[in-house]
Amino acid sequence: MRYIQALKIAIRSILSNKLRSFLTMLGIIIGVTAVIALVSIGQGSTRSVTSQIQSMGSNLIMVTIMGRGAESSLSYEKAMDLKDPNYIAAVSPVISTTVTAKYGNNSVNSTTVNGVNGDYQSIRDIQVATGRFILPMDDEGRNQIAVLGHNVAMELFGFTDPLGKTIKLNGQNFTVVGVLASKGSSISGSDDDSIFIPLKTMFYFAKNRDIRQIYIEATSPDTVELAKNVINSKLLKIFKGDTNAFRIMDQSQILSTVNSVTATLSLLLGGIAGISLLVGGIGIMNIMLVSVTERTREIGIRKALGAKKKDILLQFIIESLTLSGLGGILGIIIGYVLSMVLGTAMNIDAHPTLSTVLLSFSFSVIVGLFFGVYPANKAANLNPIEALRYE
Amino acid sequence: MSNILIKIRNLTKIYKMGENEVRALDGINLDIQEGEFVSIVGQSGSGKTTLMNIIGCLDVKTFGEYFLNGIDTSKLSDNQLADLRCREIGFVFQNFNLLQKMTALENVELPMIYKGVPTKERRERAELLLEMVGLKDRMNHRPNELSGGQQQRVAIARALANNPHIILADEPTGNLDSKSGSEIMKIIKELNEKGNTVVLITHDPNIAAQTKRIVRIKDGRILENEVVTP
Ligand SMILES: Nc1ncnc2c1ncn2[C@@H]1O[C@H](COP(=O)(O)OP(=O)(O)OP(=O)(O)O)[C@@H](O)[C@H]1O
Ligand SMILES: [Mg+2]
Repeated sequence: MRYIQALKIAIRSILSNKLRSFLTMLGIIIGVTAVIALVSIGQGSTRSVTSQIQSMGSNLIMVTIMGRGAESSLSYEKAMDLKDPNYIAAVSPVISTTVTAKYGNNSVNSTTVNGVNGDYQSIRDIQVATGRFILPMDDEGRNQIAVLGHNVAMELFGFTDPLGKTIKLNGQNFTVVGVLASKGSSISGSDDDSIFIPLKTMFYFAKNRDIRQIYIEATSPDTVELAKNVINSKLLKIFKGDTNAFRIMDQSQILSTVNSVTATLSLLLGGIAGISLLVGGIGIMNIMLVSVTERTREIGIRKALGAKKKDILLQFIIESLTLSGLGGILGIIIGYVLSMVLGTAMNIDAHPTLSTVLLSFSFSVIVGLFFGVYPANKAANLNPIEALRYE
Repeated sequence: MSNILIKIRNLTKIYKMGENEVRALDGINLDIQEGEFVSIVGQSGSGKTTLMNIIGCLDVKTFGEYFLNGIDTSKLSDNQLADLRCREIGFVFQNFNLLQKMTALENVELPMIYKGVPTKERRERAELLLEMVGLKDRMNHRPNELSGGQQQRVAIARALANNPHIILADEPTGNLDSKSGSEIMKIIKELNEKGNTVVLITHDPNIAAQTKRIVRIKDGRILENEVVTP
């Protein structure tokens, strides 16, 4: 009953000075909006990156060769030698180069061409829209065939059917045997903008046999660690114990790297947003102090009529809590809308989670409480006679 | 013999202003019994308001003793003093001291809120009191929509809200023209006739003459304690 009364007084005082109350709340509104929007977008992009990484397949192992001294790469034979009957299902070295692709008058500049073997499709779980992917026999026969990413196909052929047509890659003729399904962009670059040709064809096409990138598929998610050990010991032997000559990554490692980066980022964003909330709190304190001064006489009258210290204290604390709580609620609404709009624009699911909403709301209330206590205490401790005499 | 409501012994109030001391009250002895109608008169600066603030438990003495209804006020905490103000004392100020943002009705309800009177009872009593001071049709007006005399009547209704033992009025007619002043005096006299103890501060001899006892103070001392013979 005492609290209801204090709440009524607080609401009346907030309403009697609408513009000022709104400006005071604005700090909290902006703070809560920022917290919700930034955290939600952070979480949303983390989720989308995570799911992209997971879609790479949990069996995937990526080996990058940095080399050691004169030995800056692996030979094809040594790369294929990483295969292990117990733990490794497939190995595909990759050699990439950049070309200009032409079909008739259409051309695409600086397109990535990847030389891969027949196992690459299953290792990377590649979906073909029309035609087929590279087969082992293409590789063995060094066939001049190409599989096009979705975007490359669109740019070269438009709505013409590319299958069986001949394109020129840096002037050499390749027959198109397949087009990949569109995947959208991903963190490991998009296959949509790439062209695939057989690896052994690539040796001659690029005049390069140096393997620096190898995709390996473990037999199952459980054998990934064992497979990595096998690969590691083989590579250590090749590079004479130099652990810096190569890097072996699997999905869980990439995930944890990405997660630690996004966690730091989220903390940073949340921290910045939190600071704005704190600034909002200082705004509340400022206005509450002004309000206490302005209402000195009112406080004196209330005390003369029998208000106890705690009545006055309650009145002002509830007033600042109402300001910050109301600001918090408005901030939640605006933050929610903003997250959804930005999420749609960035093509991620930036739906604010319940815990984000609750956390930012309680933070705003705590800010209101913290910054309301000092002015309220000041009001409660006013001497009634001096307060009554205040003009 | 009726009950002694206010018992003041050797009461002194000293204000320290840096090096200087101001003895606003200097050894006051005063008894006021239940049902009395006392006026305190004296020149400006003689200590009337200071005395009233101490009687009303708004201020505390420097030396001496003050018993309110048998309670030694020097032994009370801030909270207990607030409680005493709430239940035992009704203030009427020269400048009304109404809360501007509230209606007359809400102003009268205020002391009952602090006493914890339930909403419905509070409303009913406030309406009754406003009716009694002749403001039945002004209950939902705010102070700035009322004349000075009407505002002072709201303040009197408010002073009566918790049915206190004592009404303390500091120059209640000081800001009013003579017509509204005499209306207010009429209400106050009626209150006393109904049994309320009233202590009234004034420097107007005509008003003092309407009370039943006049206490004259000068420089913080009681000069004279005279019973008015009607
Ligand atoms: N807070 C204070 N600090 C210092 N001196 C004070 C204070 N309050 C009152 N005084 C002094 O105490 C003396 C008595 O003041 P008080 O207000 O009681 O006079 P009063 O009789 O009510 O006068 P008035 O008729 O003008 O209202 C005055 O000399 C005044 O200057
Ligand atoms: Mg005075």
